[in-house]
Amino acid sequence: MRFVVRSQVWLAAIAAGLVLGFASMSSASEKGKQLFVKHGCWQCHGFVGQGGLAGPALTPEVMPFEAMNNFVRNSSRAMPPYTEAILSNADLTEIHAYLVSLPKPADPNSVPLLKQ
Amino acid sequence: MARKDARPDVSRRKFLAGVAVAGAATTVATGAKASPGATANKRLPSAVMPNTLQIAAETGGLREPTTQIPGRPASDYMVDVIKSMKIEYIYSNPASSFRGLHESLINYGKNTMPEFLTVTHEEASVAMCHGHFKATGKPQMALMHGTVGLQHAAMAVYNAWADRVPLIMIGGNDLDASKRPPGVPTVHSAQDINALVRDFTKWDDQPVSLQHFSQSFVRAYKYAMTPPYGPVMLALDAGVQQASIKPEEKDLYTPKYIPASPPHADPAALRETAKLLVNAQNPVIVADRCARTQAGIDSLVQLAELIQCPVVNQQNRVNFPNTHYLSAGPAVIRNADFILGLELTDFWATVGGWVDNGEHDGHGIMESRHRPDVKLAHINSVELNTKSNMQDFQRFMPVDILMPADAQASLPLLIEYVKQAITGDRKTVFEQRGAARRKAYAQARASMKQRAALGWDASPISIARMTAELWPHIKDLDWSMVNSSSGAAPWPLQYFPIDKHYQWLGRSGAAGQGYGPPASIGAALGNKSLGRFSFSYQGDGDFMYVPGSLWTATHHNIPMLMMIHNNRGYHQEVMHVQRLSNRRNRVANLGKTMGPVGTSIENPDIDYAAMAKSMGWWSAGPIKDPAELGTVLAKAVQVVRAGEPALIDVWNQPR
Repeated sequence: MRFVVRSQVWLAAIAAGLVLGFASMSSASEKGKQLFVKHGCWQCHGFVGQGGLAGPALTPEVMPFEAMNNFVRNSSRAMPPYTEAILSNADLTEIHAYLVSLPKPADPNSVPLLKQ
Repeated sequence: MARKDARPDVSRRKFLAGVAVAGAATTVATGAKASPGATANKRLPSAVMPNTLQIAAETGGLREPTTQIPGRPASDYMVDVIKSMKIEYIYSNPASSFRGLHESLINYGKNTMPEFLTVTHEEASVAMCHGHFKATGKPQMALMHGTVGLQHAAMAVYNAWADRVPLIMIGGNDLDASKRPPGVPTVHSAQDINALVRDFTKWDDQPVSLQHFSQSFVRAYKYAMTPPYGPVMLALDAGVQQASIKPEEKDLYTPKYIPASPPHADPAALRETAKLLVNAQNPVIVADRCARTQAGIDSLVQLAELIQCPVVNQQNRVNFPNTHYLSAGPAVIRNADFILGLELTDFWATVGGWVDNGEHDGHGIMESRHRPDVKLAHINSVELNTKSNMQDFQRFMPVDILMPADAQASLPLLIEYVKQAITGDRKTVFEQRGAARRKAYAQARASMKQRAALGWDASPISIARMTAELWPHIKDLDWSMVNSSSGAAPWPLQYFPIDKHYQWLGRSGAAGQGYGPPASIGAALGNKSLGRFSFSYQGDGDFMYVPGSLWTATHHNIPMLMMIHNNRGYHQEVMHVQRLSNRRNRVANLGKTMGPVGTSIENPDIDYAAMAKSMGWWSAGPIKDPAELGTVLAKAVQVVRAGEPALIDVWNQPR
């Protein structure tokens, strides 16, 4: 039931453009995006994995799934480990697919505001 | 006490007869007469008339005396004393306990120098003084009401204390228990209101005569303005304020204020520090609250350039230009063999770190992040003014050379000693180090732009994008970033070219919520007279502590641009709950929000633009599409330049 409520919340949020991101996204990566939010990855890494004050960027160079799986399960530093009881292998696979699906960022030299 | 002669006995008796005695009865105090029988036969009105106790609670139990008090009001003299210190503003929420001084300020003092500014909360009053000082270097005053106003103010006082910011507080208090009005005024009095903030004020007093007041006021100002700066507090008896000047007080004088010179470091310790700086292979200077003025920045640039030494700015003041190639990130500390700290809040955390990973029974790991052979020196004025209760002195960190002194004042002599210690063979080393720093600086700038490009078109809007979109609109102005949420600050502090001491005013001090809006508005008022354009990145959670601050900006014509960094949550706390959930192998309960229950500000989303509009601000938002932001910012900057406050609600990425 709790999952249903959460899914409804996030489907509604995405429909409202709250965690928009990028337009053309497959249904598989769309699911990964929901899971990325549901499991709290966004809290430190940002909604599109861009990184921030609390966590490093996960894109555009996405680590291989095996490496990500190993890190997520066994992290012993600032990031808390996610066991399979919290984050299933299937969900992690979807999250990885979402990160891989994100478009490459613009070259900063092509962004006028970043040229200064 | 002075109250003894302050109020004519006749008036006092009338007051007691008219109000206090009536408190035991059930009659209403409107003067209307109603027979019990008639009342019993009537329908109850929709709004029941208040009883005497309720009226007393609303009015403070006071009825104004009709008799004029002869002689010159004592509080007029207090205004003369305050004027002698050239204080520009008094930020205050009005209260009966300082009505004597209030009346003198606006009538006798003509409400100029100082001008009484109306503020909707005492926490905001103090924070406005805090921000005002950091923009101008001039201490301001806050007036507050006895026990209750001071308790409202306490968090902001602690912020000022921890941020080493001077401000002068006066709290009204009615000391004479035999004569003060009953009811609320008595509840709002205390034997010693200063005790409420004594653990985090530099000095306090409770003057009992006018001469005592003037001496203590000037003394308080001097202590506040002698480094390390800090807030000071005077409790002011209502009776002393409301009395007339007595014949025996005809020789009252105002003590002359003579600024104290800041404490200077021991020359021998400075000479040893200079030798270590010159001869180290990888020296690093770390500065936190070093530069009090532009002269402090200039001195630090001179010192760093002499030995081509990287400088890490911990950002509670500008300290060092981020445009300078010797400006460095904290990573250089790991390889340093000598570290000079300048007014550091926390030397332990400068060279150590905490890993919040649940080890050691949940305490995590405390680890060193420095070379084992590193030598440490610290010039730190706060060593001269430490108290016991509040733990703002941080973890204990032994250093090799400790100089309890003001860093900015000590830099010129240190520079001279460094010049004397430099030998010809070191100059080559310095040149090589400088070349390496230029390369590292260029790489860091390029890396920053690459990171800014990540999520550039995302919605919610990235903080890097929000920062960059403002730049075209302010780059030709004399601008001042008066505040930023901790989550947003890293981007503007990297992206904007900062080389003036007022272009970034630092953080709150104690990281107590409720700082941003009032401190920004106080700073904006200070900047207004200096022709500067003020803007802030305002966290949504912090905003909600003191939203009423906005009204003061409109009421007193204070222009500034406030951008709400709206991440719809308390993001400092989001990960704490997530982390504990994971450690306990439990799925974090999100309820109906994005973050774990209790950490989100959603359902409903707060309409910050509407709030601002209701208090007279130009406003826009929520802005969710990054492509719209530039246009809205252009309009907002126009509004602010025309003299009005403007707020934009920006839906952001978390941090």
